[in-house]
Amino acid sequence: MDLRYSKEDLAFRDEVRAFLAEHLPEEISSAVRSGGELTKATMEDWHAILNTRGWLATIWPKEFGGPGWSPVQKHIFEEECCRAYAPRIVPFGLNMLGPVLIKFGSKEQQDHYLPRILDGTDWWCQGYSEPGAGSDLASLKTRAERDGDEWVINGQKTWTTLGQHADWIFCLCRTDPDVKQQAGISFILVDMATPGIEVRPIKLIEGGHEVNEVFFTDVRVPIGNLVGEENKGWTIAKFLLTHERTGIAGVGFSMQALEEVKAIARKTMRGGKPLIEDPLFAARIAQAEIDLEAMKITNLRMLFKAQEQGAPGPETSLLKIKGTVINQELKDLARRALGPAAAPFPGHVSEGNLMFGPADTEHNAGRYFNNRKTSIFGGSNEIQRNIVTKTMLEL
Amino acid sequence: MDFNLTEDRQMLADTLTRFLGEKYPVEHRIKVAYEAPYHDPALWDQLVELGVLYALAPEEAGGMGGSGFDISVVFEALGKALCPEPVLGALMSSRILAAAGADQEALLTGATKYAVGITEIDAPYELDQIATVATAKGDGFTLSGRKSTVYGGQVADVVLVAAKHGDGLAVFAVNVNDVNVTGYGMMDGGGAAEVLLDDTLATLVLADAAAALKDAVNAGIVALCAEAVGAMDVTHATTVDYLKQRKQFGIPIGKFQVLQHRAVDMLTEIEQARSITIKAAAELGGVDASRYASMAKNMIGRAARLVAEESIQMHGGIAMTWEYAVSHYAKRLIMLDAQLGDTDYHLSQVMKGYAA
Ligand SMILES: Cc1cc2nc3c(=O)[nH]c(=O)nc-3n(C[C@H](O)[C@H](O)[C@H](O)COP(=O)(O)OP(=O)(O)OC[C@H]3O[C@@H](n4cnc5c(N)ncnc54)[C@H](O)[C@@H]3O)c2cc1C
Ligand SMILES: Cc1cc2nc3c(=O)[nH]c(=O)nc-3n(C[C@H](O)[C@H](O)[C@H](O)COP(=O)(O)OP(=O)(O)OC[C@H]3O[C@@H](n4cnc5c(N)ncnc54)[C@H](O)[C@@H]3O)c2cc1C
Repeated sequence: MDLRYSKEDLAFRDEVRAFLAEHLPEEISSAVRSGGELTKATMEDWHAILNTRGWLATIWPKEFGGPGWSPVQKHIFEEECCRAYAPRIVPFGLNMLGPVLIKFGSKEQQDHYLPRILDGTDWWCQGYSEPGAGSDLASLKTRAERDGDEWVINGQKTWTTLGQHADWIFCLCRTDPDVKQQAGISFILVDMATPGIEVRPIKLIEGGHEVNEVFFTDVRVPIGNLVGEENKGWTIAKFLLTHERTGIAGVGFSMQALEEVKAIARKTMRGGKPLIEDPLFAARIAQAEIDLEAMKITNLRMLFKAQEQGAPGPETSLLKIKGTVINQELKDLARRALGPAAAPFPGHVSEGNLMFGPADTEHNAGRYFNNRKTSIFGGSNEIQRNIVTKTMLEL
Repeated sequence: MDFNLTEDRQMLADTLTRFLGEKYPVEHRIKVAYEAPYHDPALWDQLVELGVLYALAPEEAGGMGGSGFDISVVFEALGKALCPEPVLGALMSSRILAAAGADQEALLTGATKYAVGITEIDAPYELDQIATVATAKGDGFTLSGRKSTVYGGQVADVVLVAAKHGDGLAVFAVNVNDVNVTGYGMMDGGGAAEVLLDDTLATLVLADAAAALKDAVNAGIVALCAEAVGAMDVTHATTVDYLKQRKQFGIPIGKFQVLQHRAVDMLTEIEQARSITIKAAAELGGVDASRYASMAKNMIGRAARLVAEESIQMHGGIAMTWEYAVSHYAKRLIMLDAQLGDTDYHLSQVMKGYAA
């Protein structure tokens, strides 16, 4: 066993660091640092910068435009991006649909859609969840019926993240209502500009707009927009859910959050001393740091195993459960450290008038509340436990 | 021993709960709590008419209550309705004015709105770290310093400011027209203000005010704890109801044992929180008031976080939305930790007793 980075890994890390230092614009990293919502343009600009360097589709195979990195390199890249406050990659096209098309798509679909994901022509969103189909995704009702050489789609998707920016949505639709639920689902690509689609915003707990409801009324799309075989969409859905697991532990983001907590606790005064000197609070930070240090290794161990096996196994559920809990704890610590300074609604008390508390903390309480989503979406932590129960414990 | 409310208090609780239930549906609350002036002035007037403020002050001070249980009854009802009206500032001001033997008719009739300025950004919870300082000037005083998150300060007429005066702490009344007050809305709804004092003219209300301030804080803690208990009850009930209604995999999600047990754990913590709040209310005004107030605020901090986070989690996505009331209850439950001392601060206060 050897936990050290190899010489090549270290050289790679330096290369990534140098790239970020040179190419990550200050206005983008400071927007990320402030913790507020990023604009569409900011996200697109960052994608374009990475794409120019060939580092955008980090999990795609080389022949499709990926960088061909090892798990350790992906890990290093993620860590360095977080350290530098680069924006998160918007995952829907790059980390979700891309791998699906590479595995299940036709040559035509690959040639058409993949380059457009890379160059930012198409912004994708994920149309899985419905009001009645959350954890029980297979119960989805959105109907796609064949009519000549078109699919006619009726129904509703919800929780569609960044659907307000999207050009396209990949949808799970029911194409055969008369068989076992899982056996009647198809994976269909839909142009958001098609008549009959309506997008309505959902306001989240902290006041932000990142999710939407998407309504489909007699939406007609070409038959060729089906990915894989008709009624085999559930296989694709599951592939996507387990495959999009790189970075699921959010280690880099938690490292970022840990540094933020320490920085806040150094600047915040309690009882006439910096909060970081308070043994109760320092103990909270230390516990989170210990959890995170272990998680870094757990994450790498599982990444290696996934590489050896060729696919991630059910252990990734453990990464998701613990990774989200650690991150949520760190967000809680930041809010706690700020105390009353976290209380104003973001935008109400700003640097311009009377911002108080350390800089870049305006959105901390909002981030804490928003981050509760991470243990709910992508398969809730309860569902992850059910997966482990069945697959690893065989109960 | 008797754990029943007196008839008067039960009546007050019922009247207030009914009134808020009718006049303050949660949709209305969500609207007014996030728009300037971050409360509902018409509703405030009606609350005053109902006698809410009189219930918070003892007879000697012109009120009709003022005990720990009067306070907890009122605030539990306010908590159930997630009411952002600036009652806390009135309560704490009333305690200080009573200690000073000052007339408080204007406060009790609602003619003058009071807020208290204790918190400073470098002294969020500790009275002995207050840096705002009073200087004698002519017959009166001037104050310099800054008070942060003055709850209700966005609509107050008078702020009672805690400031260093000689070797101790004193309380001064500042008219908002004489001072730079910046009001704003809060993460969890309702409003507060930054109060910038710069040689600001002030009237001495009470010299040697440390004990009175401590009592006002303890009363405020009883109020916040009771508010949290009310809010937790509603949050828990809403969650249990949702577990019965929401179906996945063909059955109500409440049939999943993992959710059942967590709903039970929440209930256990809420009952514990209710008990320690009762204890703190009973001890208010007595020699051990601070110790039990600290115990209560610590336990509330832990229970409220559990209830807020678990309620969201057990709802799934729906409780992440602005439109669904649980998200607003959760925000209040979390954010009230930073008022009048957080979980860790009060834990350290309880620990302090051990060395002696
Ligand atoms: C901010 C946000 C962004 C999202 N983005 C997207 C997106 O872009 N695209 C998309 O398709 N979806 C998205 N989702 C939806 C997300 O995947 C669902 O919210 C999630 O699957 C849970 O479904 P639900 O909300 O309907 O909760 P429910 O499934 O109703 O669950 C409610 C509670 O019951 C528990 N539960 C359910 N079944 C079981 C069981 N068998 N055993 C034990 N406990 C159980 C759950 O864990 C949860 O605690 C997003 C959600 C959020 C909050
Ligand atoms: C020190 C000691 C003293 C005792 N004294 C007495 C006594 O004086 N008289 C007497 O009659 N008995 C006595 N008992 C027995 C005691 O009541 C049983 O041990 C107890 O009821 C559990 O039964 P079990 O040991 O067979 O465990 P099991 O019932 O087999 O349970 C094993 C585990 O499964 C869990 N479990 C079981 N059913 C469920 C379910 N439906 N849902 C979720 N989890 C479940 C249990 O909580 C436990 O964790 C004593 C036991 C001990 C250890």
